[in-house]
Amino acid sequence: MTELHRHDTRLDRFVDSYSERTNGMRVSAVRALFAVANRPEIVSLAGGMPNIKDLPLPEIAGSLEQMIATNGMQVMQYGSGQGEPELRERIIDVMALEGIHAHPDDITITAGSQQGLDLVTRIFCNPGDVILAESPSYVGALGTFLSYQAEVVHVPSDENGIDPVALRETAARLKAEGKRVKFLYTIPNYNNPSGVTQPWERRLEVLAACEAEGVIVVEDNPYGLLSLDADPVPAMRSVEENVVYLGSFSKTFAPGFRVGWVLAPHAVREKLVLAQESATLCPPVFSQFAIANYLANHDWKGQITVFKDMYRERRDAMLRALADEMPAGTTWTHPAGGFFVWVTLPEGLDSQAMLPRGVNARVAFVPGPAFYADGQGARNVRLSFCFPPPDRIEVGVRRFAEVVRRELEVMNTFGVHHSPTLHDNRPGPSANLA
Amino acid sequence: MTIIVIAGGLSHERDVSLRSGRRVAQALRDIGREVVETDVNADLVGLLQRTPNPVVVPMLHGGLGEDGALREVLGVLGVPFVGPGGAASRLTFDKSVATPVIRAAGIETPRQVALPHDIFRDLGAQALMDGLGGQVGYPLIVKPARSGSALGVTKVTEPGELPSALVAAYAYGPVAVVESYVDGVEIAVTVLDDGDGPVALPAVEIRPLSGVYDYESRYTAGATRFVTPAELPDDVLDAAGELAVAAHKALGLRHLSRFDLIVSDGRPVFIEGNVAPGMTETSLAPLAFEAADRELGEVFAKLVDLAQSAG
Repeated sequence: MTELHRHDTRLDRFVDSYSERTNGMRVSAVRALFAVANRPEIVSLAGGMPNIKDLPLPEIAGSLEQMIATNGMQVMQYGSGQGEPELRERIIDVMALEGIHAHPDDITITAGSQQGLDLVTRIFCNPGDVILAESPSYVGALGTFLSYQAEVVHVPSDENGIDPVALRETAARLKAEGKRVKFLYTIPNYNNPSGVTQPWERRLEVLAACEAEGVIVVEDNPYGLLSLDADPVPAMRSVEENVVYLGSFSKTFAPGFRVGWVLAPHAVREKLVLAQESATLCPPVFSQFAIANYLANHDWKGQITVFKDMYRERRDAMLRALADEMPAGTTWTHPAGGFFVWVTLPEGLDSQAMLPRGVNARVAFVPGPAFYADGQGARNVRLSFCFPPPDRIEVGVRRFAEVVRRELEVMNTFGVHHSPTLHDNRPGPSANLA
Repeated sequence: MTIIVIAGGLSHERDVSLRSGRRVAQALRDIGREVVETDVNADLVGLLQRTPNPVVVPMLHGGLGEDGALREVLGVLGVPFVGPGGAASRLTFDKSVATPVIRAAGIETPRQVALPHDIFRDLGAQALMDGLGGQVGYPLIVKPARSGSALGVTKVTEPGELPSALVAAYAYGPVAVVESYVDGVEIAVTVLDDGDGPVALPAVEIRPLSGVYDYESRYTAGATRFVTPAELPDDVLDAAGELAVAAHKALGLRHLSRFDLIVSDGRPVFIEGNVAPGMTETSLAPLAFEAADRELGEVFAKLVDLAQSAG
């Protein structure tokens, strides 16, 4: 009798229809624990949200109103797949600040540089192709690469970025294994998550290594203009025209417009435009005109200086708090710009296993394995100083230090030398982790 | 009447709670009920006070939601709510208390030892862990005493794995329970009392494709097969239903609860109870409603009316 009414379900009628690309797209306890990060009681040192509170909102509102009144028919219409010429011309001025001289025709506008990453991966990578990346690397990029079923291989990196000798050895080894290495993905300025900056000499060595091994360089530079101590190091693209360069307005203006760009050699640019047209027809037209308007009518360089002063105060607060609070055996990077400090915990600790303690202590942080495609990073944590004000950063670091101390105490009680981990080695884009 | 669905909160299960709350709120709206959704925040008491004839549906999982604290507040404010009161919630949520109560009621449970972290620190961990192994036997299960969704739960097959499992459980809270491992068929029995006494709904059998019903298997659609009613002999299903109703009564619960059981050698064994069962798209109680020809919105509407009439 019961048999006749038995219902057997996996609760997803499409479960056998998904592509292989979605295999890694699953719920995880690690991600769920981030759900508390946006609660006001929590000090979030996790998210990489730019702090836009200092933008001159009334002035921007005024000029946007005027833009709609005078040019509404164009700014709310479809536009060019490559992006609007008015904006591409102004981007030339932005890139010049980092030593890049280029032509507007070599620029493709994208919906944030995240879409630039997507398009670049789409046109270069077949499933199984290898992408080289720093150790560690940006979580959102790793998610994009894996969604195209590329294999990410991390190149050993030090306090000056990618080790060029290891880069050559890795590329050569992979080639000997019959693998196709498509490109090196690098964030040379104030790396997300490590905060590390490649000095100029190191950049030249990395470029030479890639040239020797026939590996394309994809330079992602969202933080380059947010130098907090000294003038920015010129971009790799400033000396090598074959570099594929990703730029963004998310950190120097505002992320909500979702406007970035790719500067690429002409043949690559042609494919990018075709890929962009198939993805979106055209990047967001209203946002492009809004940004062109901002660059034309506002003191955008002065605004970047305002941002830098604000971020410098926060960076310094975080570094002071870390020095005051963290238990012995903890080390961290000293970023010269950008948003992030990369912490290395005492031997044996696992940052993912500490997440529930973080929730209890009301502090959020991003465990290191999010920034590796291969499960490394257990001892690491990314702390961001961009969003909370200095006094909250101090509270957050104090709570984080207590989480670390408590974990050490419990491990010591049980004589455990390696904390158990919550396994989640599937990085993916997330606004919360950007 | 305005129904206030409270979801979110500051627990490890915030994400699950938000999903449960959204689903229940929508189901109630779909049948024409007026619903307000809210998180636990500084405005909650004000919202309850300025809302005419409020009835609360607490969909908080873990922490404030299931430990009884919020329900105590609702009692103080005189706001009717769905589900058991503060004391019964606290009792059920804390596995270190609920299991002995259930066992005292004559219901079969795993052997359980509950210990705070501090006792290991003060008395020396190794001797205590040796004793635990002797008392409970391997394999065993280590869990946080007050958590849900399988967070911090580890199966330990040999003594060398026990320290790490305890460290993992203590990451969620200061008390852990160590239980004997019960091998068998995992089922969930929802108990519904919408006015005529507690009744067990059809048991849902859980078959995680990975073999382990962990957080990922619980909340990823497609990762687990659910068979309703469970593919078990009718007499076993009857026994499971009777156990769940007896547990519901022993813990002093009302309206709605869910019991996770394992059927071992044809006998159902109590594993844990839930006073705010998950109502997400991949949760067990909604499957039981469906098998019993009950709609989610209609069930909650009836419970809301019952809560209001009870005052």
